Amino acid sequence: MNISFDDLHKAFENRVRLGIMSALAVNDSLDFTSLREFLEVTDGNLATHIKKLEQEGFVEVEKSFIDNKPNTSYTMTPEGKKAFNQHLKVLESIIKSQK
Amino acid sequence: MKKEQDYIQDIAEIRSMMERSSKFLSLSGWAGILAGIYALAGAWIAYSVLEFHPDEIFYSYPDLTNIILTATGVLFLSLISALLDSRRKAKKQDNKAWNVTSRRLLTSMAVPLLTGGILIMLIIPYGLLGLIAPLTLLFYGFALYNAGSYSIKEVRIMGFVQMILGLLNAAFISYGLLFWAIGFGLVHIVYGIYMYFRFER
Repeated sequence: MNISFDDLHKAFENRVRLGIMSALAVNDSLDFTSLREFLEVTDGNLATHIKKLEQEGFVEVEKSFIDNKPNTSYTMTPEGKKAFNQHLKVLESIIKSQK
Repeated sequence: MKKEQDYIQDIAEIRSMMERSSKFLSLSGWAGILAGIYALAGAWIAYSVLEFHPDEIFYSYPDLTNIILTATGVLFLSLISALLDSRRKAKKQDNKAWNVTSRRLLTSMAVPLLTGGILIMLIIPYGLLGLIAPLTLLFYGFALYNAGSYSIKEVRIMGFVQMILGLLNAAFISYGLLFWAIGFGLVHIVYGIYMYFRFER
Protein backbone atom coordinates (compact mmCIF):
# COMPACT_ATOMS: atom_id res chain seq x y z
CA MET A 1 0.00 0.00 0.00
CA ASN A 2 1.17 3.45 -0.71
CA ILE A 3 0.60 5.76 2.20
CA SER A 4 2.08 9.15 2.22
CA PHE A 5 2.44 11.44 5.20
CA ASP A 6 1.06 14.14 2.92
CA ASP A 7 -2.31 12.42 3.18
CA LEU A 8 -2.55 13.66 6.76
CA HIS A 9 -4.55 16.82 6.79
CA LYS A 10 -2.57 19.85 7.98
CA ALA A 11 -5.53 21.06 10.00
CA PHE A 12 -5.22 18.04 12.27
CA GLU A 13 -1.52 18.40 13.03
CA ASN A 14 -2.34 20.37 16.14
CA ARG A 15 -3.44 18.43 19.24
CA VAL A 16 -6.08 20.98 20.26
CA ARG A 17 -7.70 20.84 16.83
CA LEU A 18 -7.54 17.06 16.87
CA GLY A 19 -9.20 17.16 20.31
CA ILE A 20 -11.99 19.45 19.11
CA MET A 21 -12.69 17.13 16.17
CA SER A 22 -12.64 14.02 18.41
CA ALA A 23 -15.12 15.53 20.85
CA LEU A 24 -17.41 16.74 18.07
CA ALA A 25 -17.24 13.36 16.34
CA VAL A 26 -19.12 11.72 19.23
CA ASN A 27 -21.40 14.63 20.19
CA ASP A 28 -24.18 16.09 18.04
CA SER A 29 -23.13 19.52 19.23
CA LEU A 30 -21.11 21.04 22.06
CA ASP A 31 -20.98 24.56 23.47
CA PHE A 32 -17.84 26.58 23.96
CA THR A 33 -17.61 26.02 27.72
CA SER A 34 -17.95 22.24 27.45
CA LEU A 35 -15.28 22.08 24.76
CA ARG A 36 -12.96 24.22 26.87
CA GLU A 37 -13.46 21.96 29.91
CA PHE A 38 -12.80 18.78 27.94
CA LEU A 39 -9.69 20.18 26.29
CA GLU A 40 -8.35 22.10 29.30
CA VAL A 41 -7.24 25.09 27.24
CA THR A 42 -7.72 28.83 27.54
CA ASP A 43 -10.56 30.76 25.88
CA GLY A 44 -8.25 32.45 23.40
CA ASN A 45 -6.45 29.26 22.48
CA LEU A 46 -9.69 27.40 21.86
CA ALA A 47 -11.19 30.28 19.87
CA THR A 48 -8.17 30.43 17.55
CA HIS A 49 -8.27 26.72 16.80
CA ILE A 50 -12.03 26.66 16.26
CA LYS A 51 -11.69 29.59 13.86
CA LYS A 52 -9.15 27.62 11.85
CA LEU A 53 -11.44 24.58 11.67
CA GLU A 54 -14.32 26.83 10.73
CA GLN A 55 -12.29 28.29 7.85
CA GLU A 56 -11.56 24.77 6.62
CA GLY A 57 -15.32 24.16 6.61
CA PHE A 58 -14.99 21.32 9.11
CA VAL A 59 -16.91 22.93 11.95
CA GLU A 60 -20.16 24.88 11.98
CA VAL A 61 -21.01 27.55 14.52
CA GLU A 62 -24.50 28.22 15.78
CA LYS A 63 -25.20 31.23 17.94
CA SER A 64 -28.35 31.35 19.99
CA PHE A 65 -29.74 32.66 23.25
CA ILE A 66 -30.50 30.48 26.26
CA ASP A 67 -32.23 32.39 29.07
CA ASN A 68 -31.14 35.64 27.45
CA LYS A 69 -27.49 34.61 27.60
CA PRO A 70 -25.57 34.16 24.38
CA ASN A 71 -24.69 30.55 23.70
CA THR A 72 -22.37 29.34 20.98
CA SER A 73 -22.50 25.72 19.97
CA TYR A 74 -20.37 23.84 17.50
CA THR A 75 -21.18 20.98 15.16
CA MET A 76 -19.05 18.94 12.81
CA THR A 77 -19.95 19.42 9.15
CA PRO A 78 -20.23 16.42 6.78
CA GLU A 79 -16.93 17.53 5.19
CA GLY A 80 -15.37 17.66 8.63
CA LYS A 81 -16.57 14.15 9.38
CA LYS A 82 -15.18 12.90 6.10
CA ALA A 83 -11.81 14.54 6.61
CA PHE A 84 -11.58 13.32 10.20
CA ASN A 85 -12.40 9.71 9.26
CA GLN A 86 -9.86 9.90 6.45
CA HIS A 87 -7.29 11.20 8.94
CA LEU A 88 -8.00 8.29 11.31
CA LYS A 89 -7.58 5.82 8.47
CA VAL A 90 -4.21 7.27 7.48
CA LEU A 91 -3.01 7.29 11.10
CA GLU A 92 -4.00 3.67 11.40
CA SER A 93 -2.21 2.57 8.26
CA ILE A 94 0.95 4.50 9.15
CA ILE A 95 1.14 2.68 12.44
CA LYS A 96 0.35 -0.68 10.86
CA SER A 97 2.94 -0.27 8.12
CA GLN A 98 5.70 0.64 10.55
CA LYS A 99 5.11 -2.26 12.92
CA MET B 1 8.00 15.91 10.88
CA LYS B 2 6.17 13.81 13.40
CA LYS B 3 7.44 10.41 14.44
CA GLU B 4 5.56 7.14 14.81
CA GLN B 5 5.38 7.66 18.58
CA ASP B 6 3.54 10.93 17.98
CA TYR B 7 0.91 9.22 15.84
CA ILE B 8 0.35 6.55 18.48
CA GLN B 9 -0.04 9.34 21.02
CA ASP B 10 -2.47 11.11 18.64
CA ILE B 11 -4.65 8.02 18.44
CA ALA B 12 -4.58 7.55 22.22
CA GLU B 13 -5.70 11.13 22.69
CA ILE B 14 -8.47 10.86 20.11
CA ARG B 15 -9.80 7.78 21.87
CA SER B 16 -9.58 9.34 25.32
CA MET B 17 -11.29 12.54 24.17
CA MET B 18 -14.11 10.62 22.51
CA GLU B 19 -14.72 8.69 25.70
CA ARG B 20 -14.40 11.63 28.08
CA SER B 21 -16.72 13.83 26.05
CA SER B 22 -19.47 11.26 25.59
CA LYS B 23 -19.57 9.23 28.79
CA PHE B 24 -19.75 10.10 32.46
CA LEU B 25 -17.07 7.94 34.06
CA SER B 26 -16.98 9.29 37.58
CA LEU B 27 -19.65 6.97 38.94
CA SER B 28 -18.87 5.95 42.45
CA GLY B 29 -18.66 2.42 43.82
CA TRP B 30 -19.01 3.53 47.42
CA ALA B 31 -22.28 5.29 46.69
CA GLY B 32 -23.62 2.02 45.22
CA ILE B 33 -22.69 0.12 48.37
CA LEU B 34 -24.28 2.79 50.58
CA ALA B 35 -27.47 2.93 48.47
CA GLY B 36 -27.74 -0.85 48.84
CA ILE B 37 -27.39 -0.63 52.61
CA TYR B 38 -30.03 2.15 52.84
CA ALA B 39 -32.40 0.07 50.70
CA LEU B 40 -31.94 -3.03 52.87
CA ALA B 41 -32.51 -0.95 55.99
CA GLY B 42 -35.60 0.62 54.41
CA ALA B 43 -37.00 -2.77 53.39
CA TRP B 44 -36.39 -4.08 56.91
CA ILE B 45 -38.15 -1.06 58.49
CA ALA B 46 -41.12 -1.45 56.12
CA TYR B 47 -41.39 -5.17 56.75
CA SER B 48 -40.65 -5.57 60.45
CA VAL B 49 -41.38 -2.22 62.06
CA LEU B 50 -44.24 -0.97 59.91
CA GLU B 51 -45.51 -4.49 59.10
CA PHE B 52 -45.99 -3.68 55.43
CA HIS B 53 -46.38 -7.04 53.65
CA PRO B 54 -47.70 -6.34 50.13
CA ASP B 55 -48.03 -10.01 49.09
CA GLU B 56 -51.10 -9.61 46.87
CA ILE B 57 -51.82 -7.19 44.04
CA PHE B 58 -54.75 -5.72 45.97
CA TYR B 59 -53.30 -5.12 49.37
CA SER B 60 -54.76 -2.86 51.97
CA TYR B 61 -52.65 -1.01 54.45
CA PRO B 62 -54.09 1.49 56.94
CA ASP B 63 -51.69 4.40 56.56
CA LEU B 64 -49.14 4.71 53.79
CA THR B 65 -47.54 7.88 55.19
CA ASN B 66 -44.76 6.07 57.05
CA ILE B 67 -44.05 3.79 54.09
CA ILE B 68 -43.77 6.78 51.77
CA LEU B 69 -41.53 8.57 54.30
CA THR B 70 -39.25 5.51 54.53
CA ALA B 71 -39.05 5.20 50.74
CA THR B 72 -38.36 8.91 50.35
CA GLY B 73 -35.67 8.68 53.02
CA VAL B 74 -33.93 5.82 51.20
CA LEU B 75 -34.10 7.68 47.89
CA PHE B 76 -32.86 10.94 49.41
CA LEU B 77 -29.90 9.37 51.24
CA SER B 78 -28.93 7.39 48.12
CA LEU B 79 -29.02 10.48 45.91
CA ILE B 80 -26.96 12.53 48.38
CA SER B 81 -24.34 9.77 48.64
CA ALA B 82 -24.19 9.36 44.86
CA LEU B 83 -23.83 13.10 44.23
CA LEU B 84 -21.21 13.68 46.93
CA ASP B 85 -19.10 10.69 46.04
CA SER B 86 -19.30 11.27 42.27
CA ARG B 87 -18.13 14.79 42.89
CA ARG B 88 -15.22 13.55 45.00
CA LYS B 89 -14.29 11.00 42.36
CA ALA B 90 -14.57 13.53 39.52
CA LYS B 91 -12.31 15.89 41.42
CA LYS B 92 -9.76 13.13 41.91
CA GLN B 93 -9.81 12.35 38.17
CA ASP B 94 -9.54 16.07 37.50
CA ASN B 95 -12.92 16.21 35.77
CA LYS B 96 -15.90 18.42 36.43
CA ALA B 97 -18.78 16.45 37.98
CA TRP B 98 -21.37 18.77 36.47
CA ASN B 99 -20.79 18.77 32.73
CA VAL B 100 -22.43 17.75 29.46
CA THR B 101 -22.00 14.04 30.17
CA SER B 102 -23.45 14.03 33.70
CA ARG B 103 -26.33 16.26 32.57
CA ARG B 104 -27.15 13.78 29.81
CA LEU B 105 -26.85 10.85 32.20
CA LEU B 106 -29.25 12.44 34.68
CA THR B 107 -31.81 13.46 32.04
CA SER B 108 -31.78 9.99 30.54
CA MET B 109 -32.61 8.58 33.99
CA ALA B 110 -35.07 11.26 35.04
CA VAL B 111 -37.56 10.65 32.23
CA PRO B 112 -38.36 6.97 33.00
CA LEU B 113 -38.10 7.55 36.76
CA LEU B 114 -40.62 10.41 36.77
CA THR B 115 -43.00 8.47 34.54
CA GLY B 116 -42.80 5.48 36.87
CA GLY B 117 -43.24 7.68 39.93
CA ILE B 118 -46.40 9.26 38.51
CA LEU B 119 -47.78 5.86 37.50
CA ILE B 120 -47.26 4.54 41.04
CA MET B 121 -49.02 7.58 42.52
CA LEU B 122 -51.94 6.93 40.14
CA ILE B 123 -52.38 3.26 41.07
CA ILE B 124 -52.16 3.71 44.86
CA PRO B 125 -55.80 4.95 45.14
CA TYR B 126 -56.94 1.72 43.41
CA GLY B 127 -55.34 -0.28 46.21
CA LEU B 128 -52.85 -1.94 43.85
CA LEU B 129 -50.13 -1.78 46.48
CA GLY B 130 -48.68 -5.14 45.46
CA LEU B 131 -47.56 -3.60 42.16
CA ILE B 132 -45.47 -0.83 43.72
CA ALA B 133 -42.36 -2.96 44.28
CA PRO B 134 -42.29 -4.55 40.78
CA LEU B 135 -43.01 -1.18 39.12
CA THR B 136 -40.22 0.62 40.98
CA LEU B 137 -37.80 -2.14 39.91
CA LEU B 138 -38.99 -2.03 36.29
CA PHE B 139 -38.82 1.73 35.88
CA TYR B 140 -35.48 1.90 37.67
CA GLY B 141 -34.31 -0.77 35.24
CA PHE B 142 -35.48 1.34 32.25
CA ALA B 143 -33.66 4.35 33.71
CA LEU B 144 -30.39 2.45 34.12
CA TYR B 145 -30.70 0.83 30.71
CA ASN B 146 -31.06 4.30 29.20
CA ALA B 147 -28.23 5.73 31.30
CA GLY B 148 -25.96 2.96 30.06
CA SER B 149 -25.54 4.86 26.77
CA TYR B 150 -23.91 7.71 28.67
CA SER B 151 -21.73 5.79 31.09
CA ILE B 152 -19.88 2.51 31.48
CA LYS B 153 -21.60 -0.60 30.10
CA GLU B 154 -22.02 -2.10 33.58
CA VAL B 155 -24.81 0.41 34.21
CA ARG B 156 -26.79 -1.04 31.32
CA ILE B 157 -26.23 -4.58 32.64
CA MET B 158 -27.53 -3.52 36.05
CA GLY B 159 -30.58 -2.07 34.27
CA PHE B 160 -31.28 -5.49 32.74
CA VAL B 161 -30.94 -7.18 36.12
CA GLN B 162 -33.41 -4.74 37.71
CA MET B 163 -35.93 -5.25 34.88
CA ILE B 164 -35.72 -9.03 35.25
CA LEU B 165 -36.19 -8.75 39.02
CA GLY B 166 -39.16 -6.44 38.42
CA LEU B 167 -40.79 -8.98 36.09
CA LEU B 168 -40.11 -11.82 38.54
CA ASN B 169 -41.56 -9.70 41.31
CA ALA B 170 -44.72 -9.18 39.24
CA ALA B 171 -44.94 -12.92 38.60
CA PHE B 172 -44.44 -13.80 42.27
CA ILE B 173 -46.22 -11.01 44.12
CA SER B 174 -46.59 -13.29 47.16
CA TYR B 175 -42.89 -12.85 47.91
CA GLY B 176 -43.67 -9.22 48.71
CA LEU B 177 -40.63 -7.06 49.28
CA LEU B 178 -38.06 -9.83 48.74
CA PHE B 179 -37.31 -9.02 45.09
CA TRP B 180 -37.30 -5.33 45.88
CA ALA B 181 -34.69 -5.90 48.62
CA ILE B 182 -32.60 -8.01 46.23
CA GLY B 183 -32.78 -5.40 43.44
CA PHE B 184 -32.27 -2.19 45.35
CA GLY B 185 -30.20 -3.72 48.15
CA LEU B 186 -28.10 -6.66 47.05
CA VAL B 187 -27.62 -5.65 43.39
CA HIS B 188 -26.44 -2.16 44.39
CA ILE B 189 -23.98 -3.59 46.89
CA VAL B 190 -22.58 -6.11 44.38
CA TYR B 191 -22.33 -3.38 41.72
CA GLY B 192 -20.65 -1.03 44.21
CA ILE B 193 -18.06 -3.62 45.24
CA TYR B 194 -17.38 -4.46 41.59
CA MET B 195 -16.93 -0.76 40.73
CA TYR B 196 -14.67 -0.25 43.70
CA PHE B 197 -12.33 -3.10 42.84
CA ARG B 198 -12.41 -2.45 39.12
CA PHE B 199 -11.89 1.30 39.01
CA GLU B 200 -11.10 2.79 42.39
CA ARG B 201 -8.66 0.62 44.24
